[in-house]
Amino acid sequence: MISLSIYKQLHGSQGVMELDINLQIHKGEFVALMGESGAGKTTLLRILAGLERAKGNILVEGNSWESMPPQQREIGFVFQDYALFDNMTVEENLFFVQDDEALASELLELTELSSLRHRNVTKLSGGQKQRVSLCRAMMKKPKLLLLDEPLSSLDLSMRSKLQHEIKHLHERFATTTIMVSHDIHDVFTLSSRVLVLEQGKIIQDGTARQVLLENDKYCTVEVLELEEKSDKVMATVYVAGKLLEVEVNSDVYIGQHIQITLNGAYL
Amino acid sequence: MIDFSPFWLSFKLAGLTTLILFVIALPFAWWLSQSTSKSKPFFEAVTALPIVLPPSVLGFYLLVVLSPSSALGGFLEDIFGVKLVFSFTGLVVASCFYSLPFMVQPMQSGFETLNKHMLEAAYLAGKSKLQTVLSVALPNIKPSLVTALIITFAHTVGEFGVVLMIGGSIPGETKVASVAIYEMVEMMEYGQAHIYAAIMVAMSFFVLLAVYVFNQKQKTKIGLL
Repeated sequence: MISLSIYKQLHGSQGVMELDINLQIHKGEFVALMGESGAGKTTLLRILAGLERAKGNILVEGNSWESMPPQQREIGFVFQDYALFDNMTVEENLFFVQDDEALASELLELTELSSLRHRNVTKLSGGQKQRVSLCRAMMKKPKLLLLDEPLSSLDLSMRSKLQHEIKHLHERFATTTIMVSHDIHDVFTLSSRVLVLEQGKIIQDGTARQVLLENDKYCTVEVLELEEKSDKVMATVYVAGKLLEVEVNSDVYIGQHIQITLNGAYL
Repeated sequence: MIDFSPFWLSFKLAGLTTLILFVIALPFAWWLSQSTSKSKPFFEAVTALPIVLPPSVLGFYLLVVLSPSSALGGFLEDIFGVKLVFSFTGLVVASCFYSLPFMVQPMQSGFETLNKHMLEAAYLAGKSKLQTVLSVALPNIKPSLVTALIITFAHTVGEFGVVLMIGGSIPGETKVASVAIYEMVEMMEYGQAHIYAAIMVAMSFFVLLAVYVFNQKQKTKIGLL
């Protein structure tokens, strides 16, 4: 069980924002953190990891973490940009965390990296680097695995492969995982719980289905084209990788930002 | 017969200076690269001073501070019996001030270009700051490190004004190559001066060439070129 009560003032692009989070996460949960950029998602992960300071309490299985340095927290962190140790080979990156040959071999086997273990990490592809990063994070057998948009820079086929590996590792090591992601597919496939952050506050909390599917969702879109079809004015808008036609009032103009209500199921 | 002792002295001086500065500059450059302190620009400016100051200014102040009649110079001579003017030890101390920016600046900019997340990943792996600097930061700034070491060495070999003011020209003690050339020209021994000068040019060129070749290779290796 992880209990958080965190407060921090952030100076973002839109002035001062207050990160104010009260949250309880059960052991073994896979939590997805969603929200617009600048909402405080990455900051929250960094506070949990001890890389940034904040007021409040972090209780992990009864232990107080807030004044503990990152070195002592049992955390695995996967950075968006991999952050591998470029001067080392694949296996050296893992051994740097923990000199555990059996665990390293198992992880490399699981992620199909065994044949690359002696290769320098600078010579790997993006997907391979991300898997090394994931293995490295697991070398501590962390109580808490933090993933900062782990799949965002990968192509589709690599993405679904890695989704599978993340899920597998999460279950195999019975960790509690928090993943920042923008991608609905990643979130829906992986997470057991979804939190949506806005301006530093949690505005939605529920299962992936509840948050992503069953809630009506407002979104602001730009009108790309207008067309009159039998007395109706139809606007073409771009939503979530698709072009949709919606009925609008006659005073809407091209380039205007309008708000539409979407039911997740349509997407 | 050419007397090579001034060259030997120059290299001994440069070698010692480089070694000492490496140890001093490493924590300092690391601090500068990581610090957000308001005092950082002050230290950066002080570090860069030897680049802009005439060597005579630096030499003059060092002479004032290190001479046996000053508090520090007197203290060192009374307690430790160390004479810092017109001695090799004095040259080493002076060179450390003179060459400081050439060690600190490449190291600092090397550390600054390191991916911050890479260092954080090392902390999260349970490593202390010192372990992180030694096993992650330093190996990943090799080109900057080589630049710092070689340029400091070469710059100390090429030092003239400060050395002359602090050390004078005592054969075998403070008469380094650059000072020896100056004396030969003064005494119109142009033949000797030519030989010494040509050796200096050739050596400096090959040292610099080696640095740039190494850096190009490193960049190719890590995929920057």
